Amino acid sequence: MSGAPLLAVTDLTVDYHTRAGEVRAVDGVSFTVETGQALGLVGESGCGKSSLALALLRLLPESAQIRQGQVLLEGVDLLALSANDMRAYRWNRIAMVFQSAMNALDPVYRVGDQIIEALEQHPSAVSQDPAERVRELYDLVNLNHNSIDRYPHEYSGGMKQRAIIAMALACRPDLIIADEPTTALDVIVQDRILRELGNIRRELNMSMLYVSHDMAVIAEVSDVVAVMYAGKIVEYGDAAAVFKRPIHPYTRALMSSFPSVTGEKHDLATLSGEPPNPLDLPSGCHFHPRCPFATDVCKEQAPPTVRRGTQWADCWNPPGDEADG
Amino acid sequence: MAETAQRASAEDARPLLTVERLRKHFPAGKTRFRRHTPLVHAVDDVSFTLARGESLGLVGESGCGKTTTGKMLVRLIEPTAGRVVFDDGAGQPTDIATLRGKHLKEFRRHAQIIFQDPYESMNPRRTIFDTIAEPLQVQKIGALPERLDRVTEMLALVGLTPPRTFLFRYPHELSGGQRQRVAIARALIVEPAFVVADEPTSMLDVSVRTGIMRLMSDLAAGLGISYLYITHDLAVARYMCDRIAVMYLGKIVEIGATEEILRSPQHPYTQALLSAVPVPDPTVERPPVTIKGGVARQVDPPARCRFFDRCPLADDSCETNDHPPLEHKGQEQLVACYKA
Ligand SMILES: Nc1ncnc2c1ncn2[C@@H]1O[C@H](COP(=O)(O)OP(=O)(O)OP(=O)(O)O)[C@@H](O)[C@H]1O
Ligand SMILES: Nc1ncnc2c1ncn2[C@@H]1O[C@H](COP(=O)(O)OP(=O)(O)OP(=O)(O)O)[C@@H](O)[C@H]1O
Ligand code: SF4
Ligand SMILES: [Mg+2]
Ligand SMILES: [Mg+2]
Repeated sequence: MSGAPLLAVTDLTVDYHTRAGEVRAVDGVSFTVETGQALGLVGESGCGKSSLALALLRLLPESAQIRQGQVLLEGVDLLALSANDMRAYRWNRIAMVFQSAMNALDPVYRVGDQIIEALEQHPSAVSQDPAERVRELYDLVNLNHNSIDRYPHEYSGGMKQRAIIAMALACRPDLIIADEPTTALDVIVQDRILRELGNIRRELNMSMLYVSHDMAVIAEVSDVVAVMYAGKIVEYGDAAAVFKRPIHPYTRALMSSFPSVTGEKHDLATLSGEPPNPLDLPSGCHFHPRCPFATDVCKEQAPPTVRRGTQWADCWNPPGDEADG
Repeated sequence: MAETAQRASAEDARPLLTVERLRKHFPAGKTRFRRHTPLVHAVDDVSFTLARGESLGLVGESGCGKTTTGKMLVRLIEPTAGRVVFDDGAGQPTDIATLRGKHLKEFRRHAQIIFQDPYESMNPRRTIFDTIAEPLQVQKIGALPERLDRVTEMLALVGLTPPRTFLFRYPHELSGGQRQRVAIARALIVEPAFVVADEPTSMLDVSVRTGIMRLMSDLAAGLGISYLYITHDLAVARYMCDRIAVMYLGKIVEIGATEEILRSPQHPYTQALLSAVPVPDPTVERPPVTIKGGVARQVDPPARCRFFDRCPLADDSCETNDHPPLEHKGQEQLVACYKA
């Protein structure tokens, strides 16, 4: 953990320009990812996870604007690079598994050819024969070789997702950003792929930013967890610590609503209240309208940062917090 | 709406859908050295019924044929063989392949699908309002102000609030989970008789997902909507589905009441599936899944049990016999396994 982190993000802020006004999707986010580390990013639908991921790679749509912030990859500010230099970083140094297959696979080319193309753009990354490498990648993500020469529309949802994972791994990047990469996979294939991903990461000392809404998957893959709410990271810390003793009331709510397959069939808990409107965010702590622990001060002022070892959260009234233990 | 309620009460005993030996084989490209085109056996002789107001969960390995089955049920894919019989309770049960003209249009209203990838299923040039109102427009239901009210109401129900901030955005201006909820709103707005819901909540966090699941089950109870609910999430299946069908390589290998299957799975594939469910605790190290690894072979599979290559229980008889029939094995559910 010594030395500079692989990725250091400071104060990153992203707005979308919409007809109804400016939507602040990412709001002053800072975090680091060490070499070899896996950071799990969780949060409810619409909280800004994909926008954050796309901003790191500078793949946001034109209607978006990075208002401020820095994204340092080994000290190089990606936001300051020319478009050309940035292209050299993509796939090669940072690869992305998009939330949608649509954004990643071209419907008119065979899937295998698309992976070969990614490989050929970065010949330095892999010395192997590209066709051979594609077969190896297909094994890794549990896809049959006889689908290499087929088109995206001939793939099932989960097969496409696995092909995109294969493509992201093709050039052996330093950092892989995976945005909900297993939403279309059954638990057995998911299990297999997460294990393989873990093995490759250990072997190559690859870092990962793993975006998911699924707490169980986050628990499996992450060393460190960041919890996002309304564009901000509200809690951050070692996965074990965050899962054992969450500080933020929102993190606690995320954990308590986990439905079970085998245990007692209890009524599902939900977070009461509506998700925040990014065009009109609540004052003070953005979570206060839905928070069972909210007091007057939460409505008025942004919450302070509470620390417990390396774990921290932004909250006025961390529930049941025995201060620093 | 009165019409729908009536439909729910009438003829409850007759299934809404009867699926008989449904089959879909896709050509898997041509190979010079073979005389015939190799075939992907996406769906192979699948039979089941769906009662009014019932929710049948369809689970199984990625690529096993769930989406293909669902699309055949709403006539988006023509089956290679077999048939789907639809009985709205009013007229005669009909094979959906024979529907034409106004009957087909009527069927399209009754039969909705929520696509697995919400990105693929929406026209990027239509606003969210137009997208959700489309089924109303196609079916000529309501005037514009009424449609606006209905769409606003649906947006609120699926948790896209405040609705006015979403109405006139375009699909690409939404997050993945928001788009998924637009797809749900669109399918439910016409109060259909049945919905094929293909992984409808896969991108949603537990809290939002729970709201959607409640909405869908309330509609099942209130309007008698039936669901074919495709999911890889067994916890979701548990809350949503009366029965579960487990598919493996184009075949249903186990089907029965949800609690039954989760409590005492009989097929070795179902057992493996249940053992692989992750738990939200980083200190728990789950044992690797018991079934053998390997990649499912969908192209021209041999006649024997589809699960043979990966099965921990397989013996010689499994190899020499045909794929096992679905039958009772001393339990409530039907299982296709010689060893169960
Ligand atoms: N192109 C866009 N134009 C306008 N608003 C957008 C655009 N893309 C996203 N948004 C809005 O920005 C916010 C954050 O979206 P983002 O896609 O980052 O969420 P997310 O956390 O990835 O959600 P999900 O889990 O549902 O995918 C949402 O309120 C969304 O509606
Ligand atoms: N249009 C098509 N042409 C050729 N093959 C196809 C086509 N559509 C699907 N397939 C093949 O049929 C099989 C079943 O696909 P299907 O999409 O039904 O799977 P699924 O169970 O929905 O999987 P997932 O959970 O990954 O979405 C797969 O092997 C797929 O490659
Ligand atoms: S700051 Fe207040 S409103 Fe926000 S999470 Fe903490 S207690 Fe709840
Ligand atoms: Mg997203
Ligand atoms: Mg599918």
